[in-house]
Amino acid sequence: MTILTETKDGPLVLSPDQVEEIGRALDELRARVVADLGERDREYIYDIIKAQRGFEIAGRGLMYLGFLPPFWLAGVAALSVSKILDNMEIGHNVMHGQYDWMREPGLNSRVFEWDNVCPGDQWKHSHNYMHHTYTNIHGRDRDIGYGVLRIDEGQDWNPYYLGNPVYAFLLMVFFEWGVMLHDLEADNIVKGKRSWSDLKPLIKGQLRKSGRQVLKDYVAFPLLTGPLFLSTLAGNATANLVRNVWAYSIIFCGHFPSGVQTFTEEETAEETRGEWYVRQMLGSANISGSPLFHIMSGNLSHQIEHHLFPDLPANRYPQIAPEVRALCEKFGLPYNTGPLGKQIGSVWAKIFQLALPPRVQESRLAKFLPAALRKQPTSGVIVMRQQSPTEAGV
Amino acid sequence: MVALLDLVQTLTTPHPVDRYLELVRPMLTVRDMRARIISVDRSVPGTISLSLRPTRQWDGLRAGQFLQLGVVIEGVRHLRCYSPVNSQHDRRRRLDLTLRVHPHGLVSRYLHEHARPGMIVDLEPASGVFHLPDHRPARVLLISGGSGITPVLSMLRTLVDEGYSGDVVFLHYARSPELVPHHAELAEIAAAHPNIAVEMRYPERDGRGFDHDELVRVAPWFAEAQTYLCGPPPLMESVRDVYSGADLSERLHTEEFVASTVAVDSAEVDGTTTFSASGVTAENAGASLLEQAEGAGLRPEFGCRMGICFSCTSVRRSGCTRNLRTGELEADPDQPIQLCVQAAVGDVDIEI
Repeated sequence: MTILTETKDGPLVLSPDQVEEIGRALDELRARVVADLGERDREYIYDIIKAQRGFEIAGRGLMYLGFLPPFWLAGVAALSVSKILDNMEIGHNVMHGQYDWMREPGLNSRVFEWDNVCPGDQWKHSHNYMHHTYTNIHGRDRDIGYGVLRIDEGQDWNPYYLGNPVYAFLLMVFFEWGVMLHDLEADNIVKGKRSWSDLKPLIKGQLRKSGRQVLKDYVAFPLLTGPLFLSTLAGNATANLVRNVWAYSIIFCGHFPSGVQTFTEEETAEETRGEWYVRQMLGSANISGSPLFHIMSGNLSHQIEHHLFPDLPANRYPQIAPEVRALCEKFGLPYNTGPLGKQIGSVWAKIFQLALPPRVQESRLAKFLPAALRKQPTSGVIVMRQQSPTEAGV
Repeated sequence: MVALLDLVQTLTTPHPVDRYLELVRPMLTVRDMRARIISVDRSVPGTISLSLRPTRQWDGLRAGQFLQLGVVIEGVRHLRCYSPVNSQHDRRRRLDLTLRVHPHGLVSRYLHEHARPGMIVDLEPASGVFHLPDHRPARVLLISGGSGITPVLSMLRTLVDEGYSGDVVFLHYARSPELVPHHAELAEIAAAHPNIAVEMRYPERDGRGFDHDELVRVAPWFAEAQTYLCGPPPLMESVRDVYSGADLSERLHTEEFVASTVAVDSAEVDGTTTFSASGVTAENAGASLLEQAEGAGLRPEFGCRMGICFSCTSVRRSGCTRNLRTGELEADPDQPIQLCVQAAVGDVDIEI
């Protein structure tokens, strides 16, 4: 097999040997990190948990002074930070099994639950299994558009997608509910590919989990603040909203910025381990930033490293990122990264561009479109797998 | 109280209340059980004795049962099974453990080096079927070797506390008197109770191993007694032989404290094990599924590694496995199995 990669600098061919060399280098990197796991990683995750619990208690407490706007704002901020840490650096990573090696019942992926309306077991199916196994493969990875959006040119346009920016905005605002509904594959029910009876146990779990979350944030804590019921209710809702917008923004930067590659089932059939690694690198994008930013993004700012090694503790990603980047450079592979503004900007531009039918974008009318809506030349990469270099046209 | 707990649980959802409390006071728990080490005794060479004060969830044990103790070593929590030496009538909410420090034993060596008063460990409830029956037998024979002394010492202390009036013989095998924990106490018990005899044997010195004649000498009534045996495999085997020869196997109750599993003959092993939840496969080599999973880079939870604690229980989706202890084959789909004592026979799918 050969991978032909078309970059800005022209075509790039990796020989099968080179691809396997990449695989071996990454396997070796992984083994080195696994052998080094220990007390330091344990302390790290417990430090994060302590911080998260601290922010949570502070946030709940400040709501008792919620009649004073600065305290209400401080409470919302503390609670937002708590929920972001809980969902991202703790929940997402623990449920990936990153800390299973500690054999700590409270941090085991089999039993862990996060502060989110989506039940952990359903998320683990749609995310850990479906998304991480079939990353960016059309027809397999349901994270391409989440069954709602057109986020890649490989998705056929239809008039429904004129509402693309509206759907994206609603998904951002109600992100935790979107995550919850993800595993239902509602679009497949509409298409008749999935029956209602498949959904019963899923819906039961969702009602149970979301019921508890709603009871906690919108009934119990507000009631406990007595006359401040509405103020606390609004504060908790705002914290959930802040978390939603933040999580959505970080997560959409993982696979949707420009330059990220998607794949077809044919291209990825009978993939080797090395090819799997290369697909993860070409299909993911990082966000650059400070150490604090990485923590607040659950280290999903290191999406490339996360997709190569989803079960390694996330605090190790910054440490191995330079090696992964050097490996990409050595073989001429793109290493997609940039500041949050640039990455999220390109995601939103794509959401707007892809709302329009391709024939409008390709027609002479296109030049009258605002710049942001014009079809951008794909500066990214195209990966093709061919039986031999000659067949690939090289 | 329950209503208050429910409210607190609602407020901390989805995290259990203990996940908050442990960050403040580990011994203040709602559901998890832990224990604080209150004293450490290293006076017997190669042995460490610990006294623990468990949290209020501890609801006691039946003499002879074991519990699991968890400690964190290099970031990983390791669980091991130990039999407390307490009488089951000990009402002090206290657990006494005596453990042999194995040269390659991770947990025992760690405790030998690091255990100190104030240290907090994890605790799992007492379990196991090796214990005195509720209706005490008329005569009791306790046979132990090495660190197998612990469960039978618990039985002896329990009988003493009950003022048990039947005959008891405590027959213990060790390498030398200095290596017998609780030696002085055993002598005291024997001196104070005419119905209790303590017999110490040091085969390496006095050449007195276990055989039928020895059994007749120390407990001529053994055929009417219930016998409780715990020790190293050679001792267990000699005692079992004598009892099965006398057709008394039903009166012999045993507990292994060393895994005596026999790996499947690797020459006959074929097929592949799929660990379907992680998408990992491994060629079968005759080792236990737990070892095979670890060899394939997985890190399933485990405890005793000898088939008693069920920490490593996982679902066998399909395929046939062999119980390494009994040789029994099992092939029911979707059944929970203990990975540490099951080996794959042909293609197997395990959900880890």
